[in-house]
Amino acid sequence: MLAHRSIVGVAQGAFRSAQSFRQYASASPTAAFAGHKGSNGKYTVTLIPGDGIGPEISESVKDIYAAANVPIEWEEVSVTPVLKGGKTVIPDAAINSVKKNTVALKGPLATPIGKGHVSLNLTLRRTFKLFANVRPCVSIKGFKTPYDNVNTVLIRENTEGEYSGIEHEIVDGVVQSIKLITWDASERVARYAFHYAQASGRKRVTAVHKANIMKMSDGMFLSACRQVSKDFPGIAYDEDLLDRVCLQIVQNPQPYSNRVMVMPNLYGDILSDMCAGLIGGLGLTPSGNIGRDASIFEAVHGSAPDIAGMGLANPTALLLSSLMMLRHMNLNEHAAKIEEAALSTIAEGKMITGDLGGKASTMEYTNAIINKLTKA
Amino acid sequence: MLRNALSAATRPALQHSRTVTTLSAGFPKVAQRLPTKYGGVYTVTLIPGDGIGGEITDSVKEIFEHVNAPIEWEQYNVSGVSSAGEDLFKQAMESLKRNRVGLKGILFTPISQTGHISWNVAMRQQLDIYASVVMCKSLPGFPTRHSNVDFAIIRENTEGEYSGLEHQSYPGVVESLKVSTRAKAERIARFAFDFALKNNRKKVTCVHKANIMKLGDGLFLNTFRRIAEEYKSLGIVSNDMIIDNTSMQLVAKPGQFDVMVMPNLYGAIISNIGAALVGGPGIVPGCNIGRDYALFEPGCRHVASDIMGTNRANPTAMVLSATMMLRHLGLDSIANSIASATFDVINAGEVRTADMGGAATTSEFTNAIIKKL
Repeated sequence: MLAHRSIVGVAQGAFRSAQSFRQYASASPTAAFAGHKGSNGKYTVTLIPGDGIGPEISESVKDIYAAANVPIEWEEVSVTPVLKGGKTVIPDAAINSVKKNTVALKGPLATPIGKGHVSLNLTLRRTFKLFANVRPCVSIKGFKTPYDNVNTVLIRENTEGEYSGIEHEIVDGVVQSIKLITWDASERVARYAFHYAQASGRKRVTAVHKANIMKMSDGMFLSACRQVSKDFPGIAYDEDLLDRVCLQIVQNPQPYSNRVMVMPNLYGDILSDMCAGLIGGLGLTPSGNIGRDASIFEAVHGSAPDIAGMGLANPTALLLSSLMMLRHMNLNEHAAKIEEAALSTIAEGKMITGDLGGKASTMEYTNAIINKLTKA
Repeated sequence: MLRNALSAATRPALQHSRTVTTLSAGFPKVAQRLPTKYGGVYTVTLIPGDGIGGEITDSVKEIFEHVNAPIEWEQYNVSGVSSAGEDLFKQAMESLKRNRVGLKGILFTPISQTGHISWNVAMRQQLDIYASVVMCKSLPGFPTRHSNVDFAIIRENTEGEYSGLEHQSYPGVVESLKVSTRAKAERIARFAFDFALKNNRKKVTCVHKANIMKLGDGLFLNTFRRIAEEYKSLGIVSNDMIIDNTSMQLVAKPGQFDVMVMPNLYGAIISNIGAALVGGPGIVPGCNIGRDYALFEPGCRHVASDIMGTNRANPTAMVLSATMMLRHLGLDSIANSIASATFDVINAGEVRTADMGGAATTSEFTNAIIKKL
């Protein structure tokens, strides 16, 4: 087993594939926003309030948007699964709404535990081919953690890898789980990462991998990234081992503030939550899922059924996600204004919710932000 | 007993609880042969490895020489930088099989598809040293962002994502197989619980991603739960946590973890996070234990070729790993004195290497330890 396995031929195969998919690669769009304003001068955006605390925090976002005069009209839909042909599916109304508007904001969904239920998040991801998950983590002033100056952006491949769902038990007690990496998906997410870097003014893209061990699968992910990097001469490109990135971010996250990290599914899942941990948890981190047909921005925290309906929930993650959405729609000024109001409210620390160590209700926190917006 | 490796200096009270054989706990002791020993001297295979390996194993050799440790090295300067070292690698493997105990740095693994497979992984698989033990503990006198970190990472070392089975089914479509077996899940879970028991630890956390990999990680988790039942009456608490949540909890509230057990890849991630919490890869010791063999290496497996040859590497991880080896061989008093000397030097804070914010070279740090001895 020590001999170099004869993978030279395979390596060439990968190279050949790079050639044959080249054309496809150049033609692919970067999933930029292409919506149009309606007759009332507003963009229509689908809103999925979600379960648990979802409706409360969605209400808070709606109030803030109304106060800030954001040209957005919400189209509220429910994604509670319905039975159709013996299968539980998302209602057509929801799917059509997202398809039509191409942009959606989503609160937390509770996935019923038990056999036979495919996670709703996964269903949405598949329905709209949401191939890239964007997870920025920025230190929030006023909420002290052991880490200051965190400012990372992580882009995660969202459709395949370890999450392919292909598994089988070969004989009793021996299971194979298949990590599936395709050139198309790797190329697609790499292209979006470079596009994002360009749009957000970051000068470097770092591909995170474990290609010393998974030479072919992660190897192909890397060669797709390398290929795409050639189309973006203004953006530096490098590669780093997953181990080293974990180590270095936790020791000192500061050097990662100048770059966008891009990686396969599982690594992205783990690292994005780890970065969220650095700044104080999922209640403060936004997330966006970018697809070719639609993009869904969401709060990644749970639906917190224990405090649902009590008016105590922290809407920050959903609000920050909605700001990512505004930037995706090129409504940058509105985003900046709301962000300033929200972050300064947290920094002042007078009107913050319980999870941040304050005593304010969702409503009081929301009103504090609105006050700042209307004063400004 | 491994806990003692790190805390001998601070927690002598625990010493009574360990015996010489604790490291081989958890599985039937059927060692056909004891580690090679002639005239009271053990022969140990030494593989310095790539990068800083040579420098930090030199410190171990100097310290061992100074305390007259009954260890004779059988050194193999294997290098993974090119595939040319394969013959030497095979000799080193044979030496390990003879001596059954080894001390090792990290071998470089090329990323290129035409390069050789990881020899580090090959060693673990061939010797079936299935349990990787990594100790993450805040060092007295060296504050980091987090205090009171004290947990052990038990990582399955021989299967999972590191199976090395990959193929391209169609141009542009690659499958990589993660293999999970009940037998290996069971022995690593047992190892973790036995480790907890022997080292006076209270809680074992299973780290997994069974919500997504329902069969593969599901098998690992279910096996863990079944084994946990057998240790319930002994007072060991068990829980489980999804890997992404674990990494988030680790950087926010690391104090909640005690013993953690996990499949292979997650171990790579968690051990790096753990090392970063307590001060870096230079201070975290580790070992790989199997039924017949024990191989000691730094817990956080980095080649560190960037500072190679500059005499700036921190040898603490390697020195502490070596003391774990001494304990494994039953040479406790030597192990304890070396470990205490190392902790004393760090605690005094006068001589520290660059990664700990000091200006001392590897040799100055080594000499400081020797002076304490």
